[in-house]
Amino acid sequence: MTQQQTGPAISETAFAATDVLAEGFADSPDTVQRAEQSSDDLQPYADLGLKDDEYAKIKDILGRRPTASELAMYSIMWSEHCSYKSSKVHLREFVAKVPKNTRMLAGIGENAGVVQVSDDLAVTFKVESHNHPSYVEPYQGAATGIGGIVRDILAMGARPIAVMDPLRFGAHDHPDTARVLPGVVAGIGGYGNCLGLPNIGGEIVFDPCYQGNPLVNALSIGVLPVERLQKKEATGTGNIVVLLGARTGRDGIGGVSVLASATFDEEAEQRRPSVQVGDPFMEKLLIESCLELYDAGLVTGIQDLGGAGLTCALTETAAAAGTGMRVWLERVPLREASMSPTEILASESQERMLLIVTPENLAAVLKVAEKWGVWATAIGEVTPRAEDGTPGRLLITWNDHVVVDVPPGSLADDGPVYERPLREPSDLILLQADRAETLPRPSTGDELRETVLRMAASPNLCDKTWVTEQYDRYVLGNTVLAQPEDSGVLRLDEQTNLGVALSVDGNGRFARLDPYEGAKLALAEAYRNVAVTGAQPIAVTDCLNFGSPEDPAVMWQFAQAVQGLADGCQQLGTPVTGGNVSFYNQTGAAAIHPTPVVGVMGLFDDVTRRVPMGFKSAGESLYLLGETREELSGSEWAWVTHGHLGGRPPKVDLAAEQTLGKLMERVSQTGLVSAAHDLSDGGLAQVLVESCLRYGTGASVTIESAFVQLFSESAGRALVSVPQGHEQAFVALAAELGVPCARIGVTTEAATLEVTGQFSIPLDELRTAWSETLPKLFGGPSFAGLPTEEPAAEAAPAPVAAAPAPAGEAEVPQIRSVTLELIEPKAQEPDLP
Amino acid sequence: MRIGVVTFPGSLDDGDAARAARLAGAEAVRLWHGDPDLHGVDAVVLPGGFSYGDYLRCGAIARFAPVMESIIDAARGGLPVLGICNGFQVLCEAHLLPGALTRNQHLHFRNRDQWLKVEATNTAWTNGFTPGQEILIPVKNGEGCYVADPATLDRLEAEGRVIARYINGNPNGSQRDIAGITNEAGNVVGIMPHPEHAVEALTGPSLDGLGFFTSVLRALAGSSAAGSQAGGQQ
Repeated sequence: MTQQQTGPAISETAFAATDVLAEGFADSPDTVQRAEQSSDDLQPYADLGLKDDEYAKIKDILGRRPTASELAMYSIMWSEHCSYKSSKVHLREFVAKVPKNTRMLAGIGENAGVVQVSDDLAVTFKVESHNHPSYVEPYQGAATGIGGIVRDILAMGARPIAVMDPLRFGAHDHPDTARVLPGVVAGIGGYGNCLGLPNIGGEIVFDPCYQGNPLVNALSIGVLPVERLQKKEATGTGNIVVLLGARTGRDGIGGVSVLASATFDEEAEQRRPSVQVGDPFMEKLLIESCLELYDAGLVTGIQDLGGAGLTCALTETAAAAGTGMRVWLERVPLREASMSPTEILASESQERMLLIVTPENLAAVLKVAEKWGVWATAIGEVTPRAEDGTPGRLLITWNDHVVVDVPPGSLADDGPVYERPLREPSDLILLQADRAETLPRPSTGDELRETVLRMAASPNLCDKTWVTEQYDRYVLGNTVLAQPEDSGVLRLDEQTNLGVALSVDGNGRFARLDPYEGAKLALAEAYRNVAVTGAQPIAVTDCLNFGSPEDPAVMWQFAQAVQGLADGCQQLGTPVTGGNVSFYNQTGAAAIHPTPVVGVMGLFDDVTRRVPMGFKSAGESLYLLGETREELSGSEWAWVTHGHLGGRPPKVDLAAEQTLGKLMERVSQTGLVSAAHDLSDGGLAQVLVESCLRYGTGASVTIESAFVQLFSESAGRALVSVPQGHEQAFVALAAELGVPCARIGVTTEAATLEVTGQFSIPLDELRTAWSETLPKLFGGPSFAGLPTEEPAAEAAPAPVAAAPAPAGEAEVPQIRSVTLELIEPKAQEPDLP
Repeated sequence: MRIGVVTFPGSLDDGDAARAARLAGAEAVRLWHGDPDLHGVDAVVLPGGFSYGDYLRCGAIARFAPVMESIIDAARGGLPVLGICNGFQVLCEAHLLPGALTRNQHLHFRNRDQWLKVEATNTAWTNGFTPGQEILIPVKNGEGCYVADPATLDRLEAEGRVIARYINGNPNGSQRDIAGITNEAGNVVGIMPHPEHAVEALTGPSLDGLGFFTSVLRALAGSSAAGSQAGGQQ
C-alpha cells in the first residue's frame, strides 16, 4: 500500500458533509437500511473526488446508494493514492519485464519487496513519498513519512534497521525553502532518531521546479529471518481482528484523497488537519511488540495502517484472503469520543497495525501488548466465504447500526483503471535543441579554479553536514558507511559480516530532458553508487514523483520513465521489488520535473571489504574508470554557471555500468584500491573535491582538455585510488574486464587540489567554500564557534533539585502517549548539600 | 563479570551497550525497567535513547522505574553505574549526579565524531585512561547541554569530578565544555557522548570507547581482589 491522489478540487469539508448526512438523526449514522430506503438521495461524491461514472459503478456494485461511511471508503480506496488508477497500466511494465531472480520472496503488491540474502536471512526495503503533507506541515509531514515507511517494513516481518531520505526543495534562497527545509530535516531526525534507526544516506537537491511541491521521499530497510516473513491475508474463519498501537483520532482524515490526490491551491494552509501527527515513541513500542509477536508465532496476518487508515487495512486483508470480516467499530479506542463512524474509518492516525490472530492466541497477544504498554483491542472477526465460494463481505457496525456492508475486493482491487492520454510535451523538441555544449566555458586556469570553487559551494554540491548531523547514524551499531559516502552500508550479521549497500538517486533535470533516459540514468547512478563500494547490486525500489496525470504531457513523461526503468532493470538483472507513485506534484499548470527516484540495494558476502570514498594517504595513484564524453547538457555546471537546462542528457550504457561494477567487486575482494568514488553531479571536479576533503588528503592530476574532463557528467565512471605496488595488478584487471582506465594523477602530501598547468587550490580554501553554504542559508548560529562559557550567575539555572524548565521540543507538537502507568514519585534526595 | 544493561521503553542504544560490554570481555545481562531485580550484576549501564519518549523532561520518568529504585540504592552502596546520553540524563534526574542536561544551545540534534580530553581517571569507568588523553567518541543528542550553578561547577572541578571535556569544538554548549562527570565515590559516571559506538573498527570512528568498559572490569577485578563489596548488588 502506498501512494498519492485523484482529481481536482477536493475539499476536506466534504468529509464533514458526509457526516452531516450521517448525523441527520442524533446518534444515528447513515445505515445500510436507510441507504436502501433512500437510494436516490444526493451524495457529495464529487467533493470526495469521485467522478460521475465512478459513483455510478459504486451504486451498481452495492445495488443501492452507498452509506456515508461506504462513500468515504470508496473515495479513499479509489483515490489515485490507493488505487494507482492512472499508473496501473504502466506499472505492469515492471512485472512484465521482471528479470529472473530466485531471491525474491515478495514483490510488487506487498507492503514491501522481500529479497533473500543468505540461507537464513532476507532483506526488505522500499522508498515512498510523503510530499504533500511535508509541504503543508514540514515537521509532521516528514516525520510521519518515516513512520509510514517503517511500518511497511515492519509489516513484512522485518526489524527495520535504517532509513534514508531523498529530499528535493525549491530554490535554496527562496523564503519558503527556509520554512520547509529546516522543518523537514527536523521531522526526519525527530522521528527517526527517536525510533532508533540510523539514517545512512539520501539526497538534498534544490531546484525552483520544486517550489511549492517539495519532494520528501523516505526509504527504509529491514532484515528478517526467512521463516518470519509475514502475510497480510485475513485467513481463518473465526480468527480475531486486533487493532494494535495508538488510539484513533481526527488527525489525517482524508489525507490521501484530499492532500495527496489533488494539486495545491491557495487554500493549502487550511489543510493542516489533513496532516497526521506522529509519535515515534509509540512506533518504537509498536516495533518491539510486533517483533515479539512474530517470534512467538502469534500472528496469522498483519497489515500496517497508513494512508487510508482502517479502511485500507480492513479491506486489503479481507480481499487478499477472499474472506469476509465483521467489525464492531465502537470498539476502536478513540482519542475523541465524538468521532463518527466515517471519521473512524477514514482517520490516518499513525502508529497502528491490524493483526489477524487465532482465538487461542488472543490472550498471549494482549499480554505482549501490555508488556510494551501498547493498546491492543479485538475489533472484529474473520467471516467465511459465501456458500457458493465467492468472497465474503465486509460488515461493519457502529453501536448496532450497520454502516458498511460491501464486498472488500470491490474496494481493494476493483477500483477504476484509466488509460490516460499521453502527449509529448510541446516544448521538448526546442528544449532538446538548446544544448549546453554550446555555452561559454572557462578557458584560463584562473577561470577554471574559480569555477571549481563556485561549483563546490553551490547548493546542490556543497557539504550537507548541516543536515546529516541532525540524524543519528550510529544507533544499532551496524553502520559501516553513511553519508556522505556513495552508499549507506550496513552489517546484517555480526558473525558472518554479511552486509548490504544502499543508494538512492534521481536527477529531475535529466528526466525533464528525456524521461526514458533520465529514469535509466537514475538507475545507473544508484547502481554505480552501490557498485563502487564493492557490493553486488541485486534489487531496486522506486519512487516516481510526477505532476498531474490529467496533463497528457505529464502522463507521457510518466509512461516514458516507467518504460526506461523497466527496461533498465531488465538489462541489469535487478528487479523492481516495490515502490510508490506520487502524482499531482504540481501547482497550477507548473509541474515539477519528472523525478523518478531509484533505490538500489547491493549485497556483501563480507562487509569488511567495503570501499570508502575518501583519499586516506599520499602517494597513491588515481585512476579514472570509464569513458568521458563532452556531455554537459543537464549538468550541474550548466545549471550553476548559466542557469541553463537544455539539450540531451548523457548517454547511458548499462552494460558498461555492469562491467564497472564487476571490476569494483573484484578489486574490493582483492584489496587493490583504498578509495573509490562514483562520478555524477558536478563530474570529476566534484569527486576530487569530496575525496580530498573527506580526510584532508591532497591530490594532483594531469588532464587534457581540462574543462570537459572536470565538468562533463558522462555516466559509467568512477575515480579510484590505488596504493603503491597495486597499480600493475589493478590496470591488468581493468584491461581484462574491458573497463577504460586512465592514470590521471596522485594523492599528495601537500594539502592542495592541483590540476597541473591550470590551477591549485589549498584544501582549507576549498573546505571553507564547500562547507559554508548550508549553515549560511539555514544554520542560524554558526556551527563552529558556540559560546561555551556559562551564563552570568544570575542567569544560571537553579541548582540540581529544581531542574531547568522542561527542555526542548517547543516547536514540536507531539501527541503524548498516556498508555504507560506512572510509578508513584518518591521523595527526592539530592546528593549535594 | 556481569554488566547489566537496562532497557526502558524507548531505550535505543541498549543493544550497542550490551555489545560493547561483550567486546570488553564481560557478560552482558539485560535488565528490564519494570523488574527491580538486578540479577546479581556487577555493574550497570543506563543506555542512550528516548526513555518513555522523553516527552517530559529527558529521564524524568525513567528515574521512577522500578529497576531504578534498585539501581539508586545499589549505586549508593558502590555499584558501578555508567549513564550514557539518556542514561546521564536519568542519573541527573535521579540525583546520583548533580546538574542537568538541557536543550542543545543551537537547538538542533547533533551527531558527530567528537574529540574529548579525559580528566578524572580515578573512577570505576575511566581508570584505564591516562589524564589528558584525547579520545574520539561519537556524540549524538538533542538535549546534551550540561548545566549547573557556578558553585556546583566549581566544586566538580575542585574535586576532580569532571571525567572528560569536549575539545576542538563544543557540540552542544555544555558549560565549561563538560562532557561527563562522576559522583564523589567515583562509581557513578555520566557521559553525553557514546563510548558504545566506538568499540569496533568497522563501525566506529575509533576503539576509544572500549576503555570505559575495560576500566570497569579492572575496577571490579581490583575490588574483588581487595575483598571489597563495591561491585556487589545487595
